[in-house]
Amino acid sequence: MKIRLERIAIARSGDKGDAANVGVIALIADAWPILVREVTEARVGEHFAAVCKGRVERFELPNLGALNFLLHESLGGGGTVSLMLDAQGKTFASSLLELEIEAAEEIVSLCDRVRTGELPGR
Amino acid sequence: MSERIVRVASGQGFWGDWQEAPKLQVRTGPIDYLMLDYLAEITMSILQKQRERDPAAGFARDFVPLIAGLTPELLGRGIRVVSNAGGVNPGGCRRALFEAVAEIPTSRPLRVAVVSGDDLMDRLDSLLEDGHEMRNMETGEPLSTVRDRVQAANAYIGAAPIIEALRMEADVVITGRSTDTALTYAPLIHEHGWAADDWDRIAAGVVAGHINECGAQATGGNTLFDWRGVDLEAPGYPIIEMAADGTFKVTKHADLGGRVTWATVTEQLVYEMGDPVEYITPDCIADFSTIQLRDLGENRVAISGVRGRERTGMLKVSIAYRDGWKATGSLVYAAPDALDKAIRADEILRARLERLGLKFAEIRTEFVGAGACAGRSPDLLPEAVRQGLPEVELRVGVRSADRDAVERFTRELAPLILAGPPSVTGFAAGRPRVQEIMAYWPALIDRDAVERDLEVEVSHA
Repeated sequence: MKIRLERIAIARSGDKGDAANVGVIALIADAWPILVREVTEARVGEHFAAVCKGRVERFELPNLGALNFLLHESLGGGGTVSLMLDAQGKTFASSLLELEIEAAEEIVSLCDRVRTGELPGR
Repeated sequence: MSERIVRVASGQGFWGDWQEAPKLQVRTGPIDYLMLDYLAEITMSILQKQRERDPAAGFARDFVPLIAGLTPELLGRGIRVVSNAGGVNPGGCRRALFEAVAEIPTSRPLRVAVVSGDDLMDRLDSLLEDGHEMRNMETGEPLSTVRDRVQAANAYIGAAPIIEALRMEADVVITGRSTDTALTYAPLIHEHGWAADDWDRIAAGVVAGHINECGAQATGGNTLFDWRGVDLEAPGYPIIEMAADGTFKVTKHADLGGRVTWATVTEQLVYEMGDPVEYITPDCIADFSTIQLRDLGENRVAISGVRGRERTGMLKVSIAYRDGWKATGSLVYAAPDALDKAIRADEILRARLERLGLKFAEIRTEFVGAGACAGRSPDLLPEAVRQGLPEVELRVGVRSADRDAVERFTRELAPLILAGPPSVTGFAAGRPRVQEIMAYWPALIDRDAVERDLEVEVSHA
């Protein structure tokens, strides 16, 4: 089924110089392979095409069920040079969670139950 | 001995963080150490400027009344403080603290250590002469290209001087540009007697430090998991409970708000992360892909399995240099057609700047409320949403090497109120402020060139 990434993951973002970092975390272990398959460097680059002028790097953290992205040249120079409202990339995380992905229905419904507190999550 | 737990509590995640947090950490339950992180990349250049104006300034001033007020309780409970509040003037920070403590009755004099030597400003030229080029890690350029504009230069130093200060029985350790994570792992190395090459245990301390260094961001602040459900009115900040074997628990005082779960801790672990297998600190390289995390329930998360590798021969240097001027201002346009009005105002503004012949390195326009945050844009709005926007903030920023051009820009926003599109408001704050840009120059330097000049000195009030 087609869903927004936020149904199966949470995220946090910040800055590293002129690069934004976005960490994406699967709500359950079984959702991790979906992240690996769907949330690729290419798709993340497309999603942030309006701000990301450099390359996108992806790192895998299977131990935490997480992916870490570095979006180079995305913060208008970064730090105090930047004129951007979000010069520290704080809102990149919630933006990425709007990404449309394909996911198996049973995984999505398990994740829904994690969100409501019925299941414990990772 | 192996059962002994050392508790390091986080009290500040940045300069400007919640002032009640450190007090609550001390007063609400047992802790052994209180760490307070005040410094960000930008902070050092601000402090350097303050010190130029006033030789007694250049440190995080909030620290002084906070610690002075807490001193009777710190001494009474045997809680020690480790903080980088010293900024570019740790000695001045201690003098101010001693003055403040003098008026407070305490059971014995407060012993305060000052760690200095991270500040490279005074010996920058001799370091360059000795062949330390301090090339920009991103562009590869040598520092000599911007030498005359350097405003601050500080090496990120590690645990050794803090450990020495604790051995000398300091109650409070004030440092300059200590690495954020070292404020947590230095007391852990000291208490558990870990060897300087015990890379795995030091790496565990680094992970603990990363969790502590952003305060409530590890305990439910800024969380995207059930953010509505977290009580953040009086959140407990994180507390690390470290065992001698390098396994630890993340928790908070039970009587405070906030939340510690797999979600809040994992979110903080990935915050500001680069390559997770190469988390470089002055004292080891931590591998975040080895972290094993288990949610024990009741606001306790267990961390184990952390592996580390040998430290590098280099230290990172944080250099700030003057790089021109900038200003940002805004106006608010109301419906109907709020976005169209803001777009028109921007066009008029840009045309006027053009007619004046002003040169800018960059003019950036954002439409707040219509898609100014990352990954969003007014162009992506469905027509119905675009039409329905009740108001839009036009936000324009400029950057230039020419201060006069930026100054003139700040005078071109207000005229749009009468000589621009209708339904405009939101200019109460007045003309935008011209700010000098302090650009960041990350570099590396041989560890020995810095560490031979580090000094630790303890005295009492």
